[in-house]
Amino acid sequence: MAVLTYRDALTQALREELVRDERVFLMGEEVAQYNGAYKVSKGLLDEFGPKRIVDTPITELGFAGIGVGSAMVGLRPIIEFMTWNFALLALDQVVNAAAKMLYMSGGQFPMPMVFRGPNGSALQLSAQHSQAWESWLAHIPGLKVCTPGTPADAKGLLKSAIRDDNPVVFLEGEMLYNTKGEVPEGEYTVPIGQAELKREGDACTMVTHGKMVLVALQAADALAKEGIAIDVVDLRTVRPMDVDAIYTSVRKTNRAVVLEEGWEICGVGGQVVDFIQRECFDDLDSPVLRVHQADAPMPYAKNLEKAAKPDAAKAIAAVKQVMYVD
Amino acid sequence: MTDVATERAELTAKPQPAPRKNGDNAARGDPAIRKELLRSMLIQRRFEERCAEAYALGKIGGFCHLYIGQEAISAGTMSVIRADDYIVTSYRDHGQALARGVSPRAVMAELFGRIDGCSKGKGGSMHIFDKSRNFLGGHGIVGAHIPLAAGVAWAIKYRAGDQVCVCFFGEAAVNIGAFHEALNMASLWKLPAVFIIENNRYGMGTEISRATANEDVRIRAAAYNMTGESVDAQDVFAVRDAVGRAVELARKESLPTLIEMRTYRFMGHSMSDAASGTYRTREELEENMKRDPILLLRDAISANGELAEGDLAKLTRKPRRSRRTRGTSPTRVRSLRSKSSRPTFWSIAIPD
Repeated sequence: MAVLTYRDALTQALREELVRDERVFLMGEEVAQYNGAYKVSKGLLDEFGPKRIVDTPITELGFAGIGVGSAMVGLRPIIEFMTWNFALLALDQVVNAAAKMLYMSGGQFPMPMVFRGPNGSALQLSAQHSQAWESWLAHIPGLKVCTPGTPADAKGLLKSAIRDDNPVVFLEGEMLYNTKGEVPEGEYTVPIGQAELKREGDACTMVTHGKMVLVALQAADALAKEGIAIDVVDLRTVRPMDVDAIYTSVRKTNRAVVLEEGWEICGVGGQVVDFIQRECFDDLDSPVLRVHQADAPMPYAKNLEKAAKPDAAKAIAAVKQVMYVD
Repeated sequence: MTDVATERAELTAKPQPAPRKNGDNAARGDPAIRKELLRSMLIQRRFEERCAEAYALGKIGGFCHLYIGQEAISAGTMSVIRADDYIVTSYRDHGQALARGVSPRAVMAELFGRIDGCSKGKGGSMHIFDKSRNFLGGHGIVGAHIPLAAGVAWAIKYRAGDQVCVCFFGEAAVNIGAFHEALNMASLWKLPAVFIIENNRYGMGTEISRATANEDVRIRAAAYNMTGESVDAQDVFAVRDAVGRAVELARKESLPTLIEMRTYRFMGHSMSDAASGTYRTREELEENMKRDPILLLRDAISANGELAEGDLAKLTRKPRRSRRTRGTSPTRVRSLRSKSSRPTFWSIAIPD
C-alpha cells in the first residue's frame, strides 16, 4: 500500500471525485493559481481548469453562499476555507442556510456540499488562528462533521463526504498535512459515522478524534511500555457519533478518558461523557475524565502555548488517574 | 464651508435621476397581459388580507410579513421571466410565491403549519419553497440569501444554461456584507442574476435616511461595475420594462443588474407593528396609498374602457373568491386534516 501524506491523501480524494462527477467543483481562496494555501489542491487547476477549481475574493460568507445556492440547483460544491477560523464569517451560510435548507423546505432542497479546511491550532499562530470548532458545528442538526486523524481516513472520509447528499463539515489540521500513513489506492471510502479502534487494550478507553488521534496513540504507546494497554477509539466523525463503538469499549475496560483539542466548556468531550454515563453507568469503575485545551485563548509564547494544549503527558496522567495508579 | 465640504454638499444635494416611467408599450397595448397583471396583484392583495385576518384569529403564528402595496413588483417581474428561471427571495415572500404560480392553498396551508403546506408546515411564512416552480425560498436572515442567488446564477453559467436568477430583498439589506460580497462576485464572474431592491423606505421601523449614508441605493451598482437603475415600482409596466431589460442582459450577455424598485408597504413591517403611528405618520401612509399599484393599473385599464363599472367592483370586492383563491379561507383550510403517519421530525438529512 502506498504511503502518502495526509495532504496528498486529500488531494487524491479531491482528484478522484472531480473525475468521477462533473457536478463537483472546488471553490475558495487561493485554491487555484496558488495551488492552495496548504497545497491540498496542488495541480488541480492544471488538470480541471478554472471552471471547476475556482479562486475567490476574500469573502467567506459570499462564496459559502454561492456554494449553497449552486447546491440548491444540483451542483456538488466543495467550499474550502483557508482555515476554519475564517469560516466564522461564513457560519450564517453553514448553519442558517446549508444545515436547514432540506428541513425548512419540507424536503425539497438537499444540500450535497462539503465545507472543508484546517481546524484547530498549529504552532504559535496565537489566539485568532488556533481554534477547534467541532463542538460548535456538531451542535447543529442537519450537519455532518468529519474529523479524520490519519491519511487513510482523510481520503476515505473526504470521498464519502463529497458523495453525501447532506452538508458535511470536514475538519482537517495544519499539523496533520505532513503526517504520513498507508493509504489504499483508488476507490476507498470510509463510512461517515463509523469510529475505528486504533489501539486495543483492556485497561482504559481513550475516546478521541481529529488531530488528537496522534496524541492518543503516542500516549497509548508510552503506556504500553509501562504495561498499561488501552483502547483508542477514534470517532472519525463527531456527528453522527458512533456511540456503539464507545459503549463496547467502555463495557470492556470500565474506565474512560476523553481527549479533544478544543476547550472544555460544552465541548465534544462533554457529550461523550454524557453518552457514557447514560449507557454505561454500571460498567464504570471510576469517573470519566477529560483532557482538553486550557480555558484560555491560545497564547503566542512557546511555553504558554505548550501549557495550554492537550498533549500525551496530560492524556497519560488522566489514564493513570482513572486507573488509580501513580 | 471648505471647498471639499461644498463639493460634497453639492454632490449630496444633486437631484437623483427621476425613476423611469416609460412603461412597456407592448403590455399597455395587450388587454390579456393587463388583465393577467391585475389578476395576479388582486390575488396577492386578497391573500394577504386573509392572512391578516387569520393572524388576528390566532390561526397563523410566528413572524408574518405582508406584501400589501408592493404587488406590482412581483406581478411585473414574474410576468417577464420564464418558467425555468429561478427566484430567491427574503421573508416577505407570499406575494412573490403567488405571482410565480404557487397555489394559494399550499401557501396558506404552510402558514397554518400543515403537512399539505408548500414546505410541509416546517418552514412557515418566511420559508415558502416550491421546487416545481424554481421558487427557492423564502429566507429569514436579512441579505443572507443574496449570495445564494449568485450561487444559483453561478450554477446556470457552470452548466452553460440560459436561465436567469432573480433575487428580491429590501433596501435595508444593501447595508449588510452579504449584499456586497454577492454583488461583487456576480459582476466579477459575469453571472446571470437580477438583483431587485424593494425599496419600501423602511427596514422594519428604521427609515432609510437613518440607516443608509447615500439614499440613492441604485448607485451601489457602480461600485461593482454593474448596470443599475431605479424604477417607479407602483407602475407595473415600469417594473416589467426594467426587469425585462435586466433579464435580457442576463440571458444574452450573462451580466447582472441591480434594480431599485421604489415602492411602499401599506402594512406594518410584520403583523406585530401598526401600519402607522410609531415610525411613520398616518399622513405619509395615506399619501402613499394614493399610489396603490392595483388602483393605478385599474385606472389605466378602465380609462381604455375595457372594464365596465360592474367588472371593477367584482375584481376589487373583498373578499372575492376565484378559482385560485378557493380553499384559502381560514375556516376552510382548518377543516382539512393531515393524514400523515410520518415520524415527528423528518427530512433533517437525506438518509444514507
